[in-house]
Amino acid sequence: MELVCPAGNLPSLKAAVDNGADAVYIGFKNETNARHFAGLNFDHKQIEQGLSHARKHGTKVYVAINTYPQPGNFTKWEKAVDQAAEFGADALILADIGVMDYAAAKWPELRLHFSVQGSATSHEAIRFYAEQFGVKRVVVPRVLSVRQVAALVDNSPIPIEVFGFGSLCVMVEGRCYLSSYVTGQGPNTFGACSPASFVRWTETDSKLETRLNGVLIDRVNKDENAGYPTICKGRFKVNGDTTYAIEEPTSLNTLPILPDLLRIGVAAIKIEGRQRSPTYVAKVTKVLRAAIDSCMRDPENYQPDQAWLSELTSLSEGAQTTLGAYQREWQ
Amino acid sequence: MSAVSTRMRLSLGPIQYYWPREKLLDFYRSIESTPVDIVYLGETVCSKRRSFHYKDWIEAAERLQIAGKEVVLSTLALIEANSELGYLRKLCDNGNFTIEANDMSAVQMLAGKTHFIGGASLNIYNPRTLRKLAGMGLTRWVMPVELSKSVFAGFQEDMPAGIESEVFAWGRLPLAYSARCYTARAHKVPKDACQFCCIDYPDGLMLSTREDESFLIINGVQTQSAKLYSLVHELNDPVTGIDVLRISPQSKHTGQVISLFDQVRSKKLGVSEASNKLESFASPGMCNGYWHNEAGMASCSTDCGP
Repeated sequence: MELVCPAGNLPSLKAAVDNGADAVYIGFKNETNARHFAGLNFDHKQIEQGLSHARKHGTKVYVAINTYPQPGNFTKWEKAVDQAAEFGADALILADIGVMDYAAAKWPELRLHFSVQGSATSHEAIRFYAEQFGVKRVVVPRVLSVRQVAALVDNSPIPIEVFGFGSLCVMVEGRCYLSSYVTGQGPNTFGACSPASFVRWTETDSKLETRLNGVLIDRVNKDENAGYPTICKGRFKVNGDTTYAIEEPTSLNTLPILPDLLRIGVAAIKIEGRQRSPTYVAKVTKVLRAAIDSCMRDPENYQPDQAWLSELTSLSEGAQTTLGAYQREWQ
Repeated sequence: MSAVSTRMRLSLGPIQYYWPREKLLDFYRSIESTPVDIVYLGETVCSKRRSFHYKDWIEAAERLQIAGKEVVLSTLALIEANSELGYLRKLCDNGNFTIEANDMSAVQMLAGKTHFIGGASLNIYNPRTLRKLAGMGLTRWVMPVELSKSVFAGFQEDMPAGIESEVFAWGRLPLAYSARCYTARAHKVPKDACQFCCIDYPDGLMLSTREDESFLIINGVQTQSAKLYSLVHELNDPVTGIDVLRISPQSKHTGQVISLFDQVRSKKLGVSEASNKLESFASPGMCNGYWHNEAGMASCSTDCGP
C-alpha cells in the first residue's frame, strides 16, 4: 500500500520525502490545481529542486492538474500538462475529460491518475476513464463505505487510491458548488474552496463570528476555537435546532481501519493537505508511515498506537477525527 | 444545428424531491396539457426513494410521449452501490426513451451504442470535453449550473456540429451531493434508518444561518440553493445558442411557472411582469448570480456582470 503525501511547497516536499512518503503530489502556481492558494505551489526552479530531492530518495512525484479549464483558457492546462511531462513527473493527476484527452494524445507514455475531483464513484465510471484515456489509477471520493470500496476494488479495471487522513470533504468532490454559490469561486472554477479573500472574522462583545462573503458560517464564544469558514463545517438552523447540520469541524482518520483497506486491496493511501505547513506534513507522514509499515508487517495483530492517534488528533480540525463515509453509521 | 432553431424550447427537469406516489401521478398527468416541450423523468437524488418503480416511470413516460412531449429518462447523479448500477443498466436498456446521463457511469453504458443527453452534473466545462462526448453519442448537453453566460457564449464559438445546448433556468440549484443524508441527520438518525423522512419535505428542508437568513435547502443527500434561480430574462433577448431552458419542479406553482415562461416566449407577456409573478412563487427570493459570473446566490439586474 503506497503512501502518497501532500507537498504545497519545497519544504513540505522535503518533509514528506524525509519522513517516508512513497510518493508526493504537487501543483503549479496557478488555477490548474485544486489548491490554488496564495504563496502555495511550485514554480519551474522549485520543481527541479523538489524532483531532484525526491529522486535521491526513490520517492515518486505526481503532479495534480485537477481543475476544469473553460472556453478560452484551455492552453493554460495544456501548458501545465506539457511542463509536468517534460519534468518527468511519475504521474499526472487529472480530472477534466478535455485535459485527459489532450494528455493521452500528446504524451501517450505518460502515466495518468484520475483525480478525486473527477468524481468517479463506480467501476463503470472508472472503466470509462481507463478505456478512453488509459488511466492507470483512480483516487475515489470520500463518499464510499469500506464495503463499497471493496466492491469497487473487485470490479475496477485499475487500482484504487483512497484518502487516509486530512480535511474531510463531505460532499462528493468535483461536484460541490457550495463555495461558488457563496463567493463565485469554487474548486472546479478557481481551484479553491472558500477562498481566503472572502473570509471575515468579526468580534462582538463576547462572540467571534466567521463569515464567508457576508454569510454567517459560525459564531463562537471568545474562548472557543473558531474554525475556518468552509460552508459544510458551519453551524446553521434546521427545524429549530442550531447545529452542525452538515458536518462538524473534524478530520478524516483511517488508522483504525488500515488492515481493512489493506485486505480489500487498496493500492494507495493519500494524505490531504497541500495547504498545510511543512511541520504538519512531516508529523502526519511519519505517523502514517509507521502505521502502514506496522499494518503490512502483521495485519492480524495491528493496533493503532495511542501516540499516533493523539498526534493525529492534535493536528485535526476541531481536534477530532472521524472515519467519515467509510463507516456506514456516519452516513 | 442550434443556430437555425427559431423557437426556444422549454423543458421540465426531474423532480428533485421525494413525493408520494399519488402526487407523482397527479403531477405528471397535469404536465400533459402544459406547453412544456421536453420532460425529464426519474430519480436523480436518492436510490432509496421508491414511490415510483421502473414500471411507473416508463408508464408516465409513455403517457407524456402520447401527449406530444419529448421524454427523457434522467439517471442518478451520485452512484455508490452495485445495485444502483443494476438499475442504471435497466434504464439505459429501456429501448425507447433517450437517457440523460448524470454520472459517467451512464455515459460508459451508453457511449457508442445510442445517443444520449449529458446532464448538468457531468462536468462539461470546456468545448474539448463536449466534443469528446459528442463523438461518443452525446446530442444535447446541460451546462453545469455554476457556469456563466460568458462561458456559455464561449462554448458557442467552438460547438461540435449538431449539438443542442440546454441551461437550467428556473428552480432551486442543485449544489452538492453526499454519502450522508442531511434530512436524516436533522432527524438525528443515520441514512440506513432514515424512514424516508424526506417525504415530509416536498420542497426540501430549509437551512438558515444563525441570523435567520434562508441559505440552503437540505434534500436528502443533495444540497440545493434556498433561492430560486431564474433566467426568465433570457427569453427576452436570448444569448445565441440556447436551444432549451429548463424549469425544475417545485411542489407548488410549477404549472404556472411553465405558463409564464411560455407566455414570455410567445411575446404575450413582458419579462418584467412575468418576473414579478415568478417572485411571488419564489420564497425566499430569486437569484441569478452564476449567469452573470458572480456568486451564485447574488441577484443581478440584467445589465450587471459580463
